[in-house]
Amino acid sequence: MGKTPKFVQGNEACVEAALYAGLNFFAGYPITPSTEIAEHLSVRLPQLGGKFIQMEDEIASLCAIIGASLTGCKVMTATSGPGFSLMQEALGYAIMAEIPCVIVNVQRGGPSTGIPTHVAQGDVNQARWGTHGDHAIIVLTASNHQDVFAMTVEAFNLAETYRTPVILLFDEVVGHMREKLVLPEPGDLPLVERLHTSVKEGVDYHPYLPREDGRLPMSDFGGVHRYNVTGLVHDMWGFPSTDPKVVHGLLRHLVDKIENRAGILAHYREHQLEDAEVVMISYGSSARSALHVVEDRRRRGERLGLLELQTLWPFPHELVRRKCAQAKAVVVVEMNMGQIMQAVKLSVPQPERVFLANRIDGNFITPADIMNILRIIQGKGV
Amino acid sequence: MERCRLVFSGSGGQGVITAAIILAEAAVICENLNAVQSQSYGAEARGGATRSDVIIADTPIHYPKVIQPNVLVCLTQEAYNKFSAIIRPGGLLITDSRYVKIQRKVDAQQRELPMYRSVMEQIGKPIVFNICMLGAVIALTEVLRPDSIMKVLEGRVPRDFLELNQRALQLGMELGRAAAH
Amino acid sequence: MAVKDYLRERFLPHLWCPGCGHGEVLGGLVRAIEQLGLSKNEIVMVSGIGCSSRISGYVDFHTLHTIHGRALAFATGVKIARPELKLIVPMGDGDALAIGGNHFIHAARRNLDMTALVMNNRIYGMTGGQFSPLSGEDVSATTAPYKTIDRGFDVVELAKAAGATFVARSTTFHVQQMTDIIAKAIRHKGFSVVEVLSQCPTYFGRKNKIGDAADMITWFKDHTTPIGSKAKQEDPGLIERGIFVEKQEPEYCEEYEKVVARAKGRRS
Repeated sequence: MGKTPKFVQGNEACVEAALYAGLNFFAGYPITPSTEIAEHLSVRLPQLGGKFIQMEDEIASLCAIIGASLTGCKVMTATSGPGFSLMQEALGYAIMAEIPCVIVNVQRGGPSTGIPTHVAQGDVNQARWGTHGDHAIIVLTASNHQDVFAMTVEAFNLAETYRTPVILLFDEVVGHMREKLVLPEPGDLPLVERLHTSVKEGVDYHPYLPREDGRLPMSDFGGVHRYNVTGLVHDMWGFPSTDPKVVHGLLRHLVDKIENRAGILAHYREHQLEDAEVVMISYGSSARSALHVVEDRRRRGERLGLLELQTLWPFPHELVRRKCAQAKAVVVVEMNMGQIMQAVKLSVPQPERVFLANRIDGNFITPADIMNILRIIQGKGV
Repeated sequence: MERCRLVFSGSGGQGVITAAIILAEAAVICENLNAVQSQSYGAEARGGATRSDVIIADTPIHYPKVIQPNVLVCLTQEAYNKFSAIIRPGGLLITDSRYVKIQRKVDAQQRELPMYRSVMEQIGKPIVFNICMLGAVIALTEVLRPDSIMKVLEGRVPRDFLELNQRALQLGMELGRAAAH
Repeated sequence: MAVKDYLRERFLPHLWCPGCGHGEVLGGLVRAIEQLGLSKNEIVMVSGIGCSSRISGYVDFHTLHTIHGRALAFATGVKIARPELKLIVPMGDGDALAIGGNHFIHAARRNLDMTALVMNNRIYGMTGGQFSPLSGEDVSATTAPYKTIDRGFDVVELAKAAGATFVARSTTFHVQQMTDIIAKAIRHKGFSVVEVLSQCPTYFGRKNKIGDAADMITWFKDHTTPIGSKAKQEDPGLIERGIFVEKQEPEYCEEYEKVVARAKGRRS
């Protein structure tokens, strides 16, 4: 650390981090407000000998990176709401076939084409439940460029560790605004490389037989082990099965490998929570406004704190319960109609003390917006 | 330092967003300050009222937008009409005298500078209008050193065009200094 | 290597109906690969969803059974990541030209070096006999009880227009020709399309009262003719078989290397 800083957009911080993590294959389709990610990678990846391809749509983009991941590449695609909707089927495929990949959704206003150049955080539940069927997913976010970098690297690490797609759920404000980014030196952040099987050529390799630690070593397409990958329920060979034991076992494995680790997957930042009577919970760019309010109110002696979530899913229920234990009120600050608030209400013993400070008009939520809600909650009026 | 909140506004294609980025980048890269730059996007790449916000501070900046700028630049009448009301009372409001007719009721130190005309007369290239504006801003605010702006320009502008930019920056600073009192 | 060495006997018998043409396509494909003497480790087969797509389970290659219509998009990722691998993409009517039509034309446009094998049985078999964009007009299907009014695609014309650099057609009657064409298609550098007319006696044959599998194969014999034959001049309704297009054009992965060279040149 300590090198000359760069002054970049959040989307570029994401690109720098992906390359730091070893990204060598990107496929995408332009869409506001994520396009700068594709543009920067179209410059950088060929310089590094990596692969960049602009596909015919977002569906093809995710499919292409899944194919590339199977050959051993570290892969990513980037999109926004409408494109993320198109990706949902292939996302489920990557979950089912357990293929590491990173999907960036720089959120804009929805539904449908919505308000492409304006900010929103309305895709939180879509990221969790957009694809069909029972499943688990890892969704990370960040509020500033240094954390965009850290969470992007972490997304690649978790994708490799758990053989799963990981979603980076950024938003228009973080994606487009420019601020300082200090690039970590190689080695500053740990990187997880793909776990390859040690099974020798000619010996049976079971692509879907977990080791004792739950991990599934991979074998690259083009290597010495030939096996089947499918989105159908499959056995340890990767061959379709309708055996109830196989079906049940696979579903439990897919969900448990992530949900059972909610505690260690919970990334967060906390600001002045020790004695906070009012705990704000926020994430992404909204957390910047919430933090502004914390610093402003603390100067006036108010006991206000902020829990900034960086892991949205699996939802860190235990963390939220613990951090809110002493709070008289919990205020969730987000730019949607209460998507994370619902999860927070499930976490705390007194859900009636959970309030929402939101904004859904395409404008970025301001400290004044949050203050208005705080005054109402504290019975002071607007 | 006092936190500096700036809004640059004008019409798409005038370079106000580029100017904002250069200013904020100079603060971060050359003067070890914090800066955040953001902009409002419309669907149009040219025309319309464009706005870019910059905050420069020596402390962390959380809320990244500017609600009440203490420095406002308006390079078109449309931008002036739209944004002059948001300036912090008594703040610095810089306009280009060719494009903007100011109103006395605005509570601000209004500086009408002949930036466009001077650029055309003395340099002849409208492309550096925005750099001239930056020169005026730093002369009037002293928020950054001019050599910081030049250093950022060195990294962004082809070498053949550097001298042009240097002259525009100087020109803007002269206009700014002349209007300072 | 013997033909059966290319099969995963562990997963046989296959799930196709008695008389289905897809087994013949599998036979032709494996014989073509055997002719070419390819190593199993260098072949990646990518398929979508439907009866046709199950072909990938039975061959001992790297096999990727994906989602409906997207096989070519997955294959594009594999190929660009590892250009030295041989990509074979078998698809049914829907995979290739209904839900997957967009990927089909774009893969052809890029001229990626891979082989798209369209197993055209003019029906959706896996879901029980609905019409497809290859059914054509006046066909009975479970979703066309009053017969189809949709015009069908001509796979060959579409592939040619989209820029495929190898385009051919054969049938399950002409097994030797099919095998030879598939071998040529795999050897071809660029995007190759092979349409094989394949019979679905269970749904298409039964619904349209064509008869059993043997009758359907006989139909292929009687209603097709070599490209440019005299018979075609006399009876324009005959379907032409053979290689329609075989040309060399810049291949995508090779062109990408030029992008890399330009990028590295600019950097230094």
